[in-house]
Parts: sequence; C-alpha cells; structure tokens
Amino acid sequence: MTFGNANEMKLRNTHIVTTWVSNFVRYGILALLAFAIFGPIANMLLWAVAEVWYYPHKLPLEYGFSFWERVFREEGNATESLMTSVAIAVLTVIVSLIVAIPAGYSLARGRLPWRYLLLLIFLLPQAFPAVAVHMNIARIFYGFGLTGTIPGVVLVHALQGLVFAVWIATAAFSAVDPELEIAARSMGASKMRAFVDVTLPLALPGVLASAIFVFLISLDEFTGTFFVGAPDVVTVPMLLFTSSMEGNYQIASISSLILLVPSILFMFIIERFLKADVLSKVGA
Amino acid sequence: MSSAQLSNGPNRFASILLILPSLAIIGVLFIYPLGFSVASAFFETGQFSFENFAKAIDFYSRDIVFTVVIVFLATAIIAVLSVCIAGYLTLGESVLAVAVLKWLYRWPLFIPFIVSAQLMRTFLAKNGMMNNILIEAGVMEPLQAVSFLDWRGIVITFVWKQTPFVVLLVAGAMAALDRTTIEAARNLGASKLRILIQIVVPQVGTTLMVGLILSYVTIMSVLSVPMMINAQTPTMLTVDMAWRINSYGDYGVANALGIISYLITGIVAWFYLRQGLKEGGAPK
Repeated sequence: MTFGNANEMKLRNTHIVTTWVSNFVRYGILALLAFAIFGPIANMLLWAVAEVWYYPHKLPLEYGFSFWERVFREEGNATESLMTSVAIAVLTVIVSLIVAIPAGYSLARGRLPWRYLLLLIFLLPQAFPAVAVHMNIARIFYGFGLTGTIPGVVLVHALQGLVFAVWIATAAFSAVDPELEIAARSMGASKMRAFVDVTLPLALPGVLASAIFVFLISLDEFTGTFFVGAPDVVTVPMLLFTSSMEGNYQIASISSLILLVPSILFMFIIERFLKADVLSKVGA
Repeated sequence: MSSAQLSNGPNRFASILLILPSLAIIGVLFIYPLGFSVASAFFETGQFSFENFAKAIDFYSRDIVFTVVIVFLATAIIAVLSVCIAGYLTLGESVLAVAVLKWLYRWPLFIPFIVSAQLMRTFLAKNGMMNNILIEAGVMEPLQAVSFLDWRGIVITFVWKQTPFVVLLVAGAMAALDRTTIEAARNLGASKLRILIQIVVPQVGTTLMVGLILSYVTIMSVLSVPMMINAQTPTMLTVDMAWRINSYGDYGVANALGIISYLITGIVAWFYLRQGLKEGGAPK
C-alpha cells in the first residue's frame, strides 16, 4: 500500500462518516417532526378508545367502545349533532352555490367595472378578526329571531365560505374556453342554453371543488355557531367544545375524529379535483 | 347573427345583476355588522364617547399586550419553520428525505382549528403524551413535568396548524424559481443555507409575506384555540370579547376590544392589500 492510497482511504472513511452523520441528523429531524405532527393525533386516538384513564397513568387502564355506543346510539348526542352539522353544511353549500355560480360567471366572463376591487371585497371578511364581527351578527340576528336557528347558522357559514366559493367558481369559469360557448351560440343556442349545456358542465369539476371546500368550512366552523347558534343549535364542533370544557375527553376525541376523517379524505382527493389549470387562476 | 353579436359573456347590466346577490350577502352579513361594531364601541353609552375604550384598556391592557406578543411570536416561528421546510423541499439532495417531508408536513393543514385545539389540550397537558414520552426517553424527570397549556400552548397550536399553510405557498413559489442561479451558486461552492438565505428567500419574499399575513389575521380571528388551551388570564382578546358578551351582555366594551383587534390586524391587512394591488397578482 502506498502512502497516497492510505490518504485516499482516510479521505473515503471521513466521507462515509460525514454521510452517516448527516443522514443521522436528517432522519433524526424528520423523526422529531413526525412525532410533533402525529403525536397529538395519536393522543386523541388513544382518548377515543380509552374507557378509564387518569393521572398518573401514562396509558389508558381500559380500552373499549362504550363511549362510541353511548354517542352513536339513536338519540345519542353525536348522532344528533352530526345530523345537524351535515344538514347545515348541505344548506350552506346550496346557498353559497346559488350566489357564487352567477357571481363567478360574471367575474370570469362579464363586463364588470372595478373587477379586481370586487374580487377583493369577497376577501374582506377574512381580513377582519371574525369574533368582533360575529358577535354583532348575532346581535342583529336576535332582532330577526334568527339566533338559535338553523337558517341563522347557515347564513353565517355562507359568509365564511363565500370567498372560496366565488374565487374558485371564477377560476373554474375562466378556465373554460370561451370559443366553445360562441360555437354553441352560433348554432342557435340561447345564452342560457349555452351556459347550462356547455359552460357549466365544463366548469363543473372546479365548482364541485368549491362545494367541497364550503362543505368542510361549514362542518368545522366554530366561532359563528358559538355566537349565533348556541345553545340551541349543537353542531359537532359545539359538541366537541362543550364536552372538552366539561373534561369529557372521550366524547371530545370521538367528535374530533368525526371532523377529522372528511378533512383528511379531502386532502387526498383535492389534487385530483382541482386541476392545475383551475388552481393557477384562483384569485386571478 | 355575426359572431361579434354573439360575443361571449353577459353584458354590463347582466354582469352587475349576476354579482349582486353575492355582494348583498357581504353587505348585509359583513359590512353592516362591521359598521354596527364601530357604532356600538363609540355610541353604546348614548352619545359619542371613548368611555368603552377607557374601560377596555383599563380592564384588558394586559390581554392586549399578551395578544400582540402571541401573534407576533407565533408568526415569527411560522416564518422560520416554513422557510426551513420549504427550503429543504426545494434544495434537499436526499430524494427519500424530501419525499417523506413532503408527505409529512401538510397533515395539520387539513385538521380543523377546533380539533387542533382538542389534540393539543390532551397532548400538551401535564400528563399528556409529550411529557410522558420525554420522561420515558429519559430526557426529563417525572417531577419536572409541567403543563404547557398556557401562552406556550397557544403559540404551539397556532404554529402547528398554520406552518403547513405557509409552507404550501412558499414551496410552490420556490418550485417556480429559475434554477440556474441556484445551480450557479452551488457550483461556486455556496452552502445550502447561504443559497437559501441569499438567493431563494429574497425571490419568494412576497409569497412568504402574504402567507404570514394571512396566518396573522387567522390567529387574531380564532376563538376556539385560546378558549380551549388557556382560559385563565392573561388570555387573548377573542376570549375577552366572548366573555364580555356572554357574561355581562356588555357590547360596548366588547366592541371597543373588537376595534382594538381591528387595529392590530389593520396594520398588516393594509400592507397585504397594498402588496396585492402592487403585484396585481391577477386581474387583467
């Protein structure tokens, strides 16, 4: 072995060591991150199946589903609030789409003065701290007998979802080739017919994406429901909140799980639903 | 009919008509309550006065400071973490580590705030999974275990929930960058950290700012997290407002606090709108 070779070997050894160290650091940090992200979720899953768990025990003493039975039987509070939540979310989607489809079409195709300003107006509710506005909505609704009612809660949820509904609908209509509509019109279709038979079906994936978005916003909404709906309208987030504050972590964790599943499913399907050509036009 | 007459899209009158219902929702459910909150803050006592503000500052000055510190601290941590994560996604050399990170980081984005609050309420508690694992791992003595359910819990929850959102925006902007300057710097021997700070971050500055400002406004808006993580004093203004109304029906002081929270957000929201108009991120 020559002198040069020994040096080379030493160099290679240091190289192997540094790679090993950098891999160790890299995957160590990733493991920490995984713990930070999944630790809280795991803690909730444990609570959801814990029958008995108290200090100072690190793990539940008994596991089981008796809390699930209690909340999911007919007349159980989870079943009831889930029905309320879904009904409110569906109504919110309907209300939002009824106003967002025309608005989106108008913003994409129409001749609107100050178009950019109009787009920004829909963003305004997101630019102010929601609590300060919602408590006043509740006060105004009280005068109309809307507090503690489903329509009242639907209206507040629709306000929250409107920016997404309008912006995504606008992007979806912008992504449809206007020539197709002109072609339909030149074949004698009325404006309405051209819209319903040509433009709307082509924009449908984007419109559906906005519907899912609004559905989830409504499903997860807390602040508006807290001021406008409580105590009569008990959605799943309200059930989660009250049971958590009462220290009933099993019920709180089960309702967390009910809210978590649709949201995580959404994470996996959103990329298929919202095509890049629509995404690139959001807010444009 | 000529194709000019068939020109796609509604005319000006129809365009305005189509967008009107959605604007009406914003007007009735947002602008009106917003005006209501201002009127209530100044006139609730019968005539124009600053009495409500004097009371608000008298009772809640600690909470105002607490809120400002929490929002700025959380936003600063989100900034650092999101630049690190997005930077690694863009510059990382290990294909496997990048893929794992990409899959890992976005989970909290899809978890509703109220669920995040419940997850952290169990995870960060004195007997929560975080302390238990630290004790099991020998990092900490059982007697050293403390509850993180105070200002730290609020900051941790907001960082946990909002970082993926900013990463999503920033990583997208980084992916769209011209790689040649990065490669050139790399060939000249610049370290990855230096490339990130001196070449990549300055080019995605606007996107980063927009993401941070949106997070900042969100943190100022969310009621469930401070309520469920830390209900004792000092707490955030959102909790004070809800408390002022639910316990005293005192809309004057609650709305004065609301105006103060508008001002805290207004500074950055104004910056955001100005940036948006300058970039013209869109409307042509």
